[in-house]
Amino acid sequence: MTDLAWIDAALTAARPQAIGALLRYFRDLDAAEEAFQEACLRALGNWPRNGPPRDPAAWLILVGRNAAIDQVRHRARQQPLPPDELISDLEDTEAAMAERLDGSHYRDDILRLLFVCCHPALPATQQIALALRIVSGLPVRRIARAFLVGESAMEQRITRAKARIAGADVPFEAPGPVERAERLAAVSAMIYLVFNEGYSAAAGDTSRRAPLCDEAIRLARLLLRLFPAEPEILGLTALLLLQHSRAPARFDASGAVVLLEDQDRALWNREMIAEGLALIDKAMRHRRSGPYQVQAAIAALHARARRPEETDWAQIDLLYATLERLQPSPVVTLNRAVAVAKTRGPEAALALVEPLEPRLSGYFHFFGVKGALLMQLGRADDARCALDRAIALAGSAAEAAHIRQHLDRLVPDTDP
Amino acid sequence: MKGPEMLYAILCYDSEDVVCSWTKEQDDAAMARLGAVQRKLAAEGRLGPVARLLPTTAATTVRKGAEPLVIDGPFAETKEQLLGFYVVECESLDQAIETAGDLARASSSSGAYELRPLAVFRPGDLGT
Repeated sequence: MTDLAWIDAALTAARPQAIGALLRYFRDLDAAEEAFQEACLRALGNWPRNGPPRDPAAWLILVGRNAAIDQVRHRARQQPLPPDELISDLEDTEAAMAERLDGSHYRDDILRLLFVCCHPALPATQQIALALRIVSGLPVRRIARAFLVGESAMEQRITRAKARIAGADVPFEAPGPVERAERLAAVSAMIYLVFNEGYSAAAGDTSRRAPLCDEAIRLARLLLRLFPAEPEILGLTALLLLQHSRAPARFDASGAVVLLEDQDRALWNREMIAEGLALIDKAMRHRRSGPYQVQAAIAALHARARRPEETDWAQIDLLYATLERLQPSPVVTLNRAVAVAKTRGPEAALALVEPLEPRLSGYFHFFGVKGALLMQLGRADDARCALDRAIALAGSAAEAAHIRQHLDRLVPDTDP
Repeated sequence: MKGPEMLYAILCYDSEDVVCSWTKEQDDAAMARLGAVQRKLAAEGRLGPVARLLPTTAATTVRKGAEPLVIDGPFAETKEQLLGFYVVECESLDQAIETAGDLARASSSSGAYELRPLAVFRPGDLGT
């Protein structure tokens, strides 16, 4: 049975591999994309009639390559294209092709494709846009919507990114072990960026940007299938799943932020949590910890607590300390302070937070945390001052509204 | 489940790449159609445990040996993966094929169902 939904999913699933192989062949993103589009069109005509091919990706690569070559010949010699019926007659070639694809090239093709999209010559926003366009195949219209820009502006951004890639020195040879590790790190970071772009969405925008989170999870799973024993990729995939499992509980009906400890845990996605926990457990067995694994381990401790009071804050404090060593950053220390507040009280946490002010003076969450700690210590005036700064720095209405709730609690009951 | 009839495991094989590319709507629709077949089997008293497996990336393999070897991922790399299974009571292979056929028609996917008669079945008490 080959219904349209199946074909649609099969084309999406085959896309990274097919575009990756076509890119190796043509060494040009536009040519690879056009060849893939053409192959998809022919698949839509062919598969419902002849049934799905044994290996959709191999079929698309072969048909895409032939179609592109035919087009060049067509322009050169004005020969007519072969009828579509002939294209379907590929059984033997397709099988041979599939055999070859199984082995050496499969991983490197997809890795190269992802790597091209997160090329260091591109700014982060272009990396994300290019990956969503080329690897995921999202329409420009939808990417533009996710980034709150017009369609033509996004089209331009993607065109510029492609031009930069064409001018940059992209290695097409199969990477050695050292380069592969570097590419994996760059690609993981890009996938993390895609996720954050969706995750940091303002409340009213969840439906608009949540697809970016789903897409990042899909890319992480793809990478994990290629490198099933790479602990940091296990960690990255676990982290994204565990974070995203809370999406249904992160905002209330009016769109306001709901803090982790106030979230209705029954709304958390159990299936994502189960998968995330399984992956982080596997990663830990390798005993090669890295930042994604540590962050996933922290998310796992929250996921394992059935009630907020059951959260193992001491363990979370230790994990943040590990993260501070692996990846020192004031934001990590700020997060650790939240765990310290739970285990050793607000005073100890404030001592950790205050020295961060010069480096986090433009960071919304810094003043949010500081304000909350001062509130706990009963220093209402200082708390109000910090929370006012937080509102001024809020990135969205939901963030600002959340801080205002804190401020309301500081207002004496006697006020009207 | 009742009676002395044969128990069959109906193992669901499919391309994980494709199934993982389903949107939530596509996934929900597939599960709803399969659910209708399951309700019919349950009404006939023939349905045992039904399980959907997490992706193969969550799998670990322990290879037999004097010193068992632990491997990340499933044992075999194939185009299609074991994604879940049913245990169903059937009078005969014919009925098992008919049941799998009902599931196959309800499925929006390609792939295959493998029918494996059960040699031993202990229901256990997990989740009771």
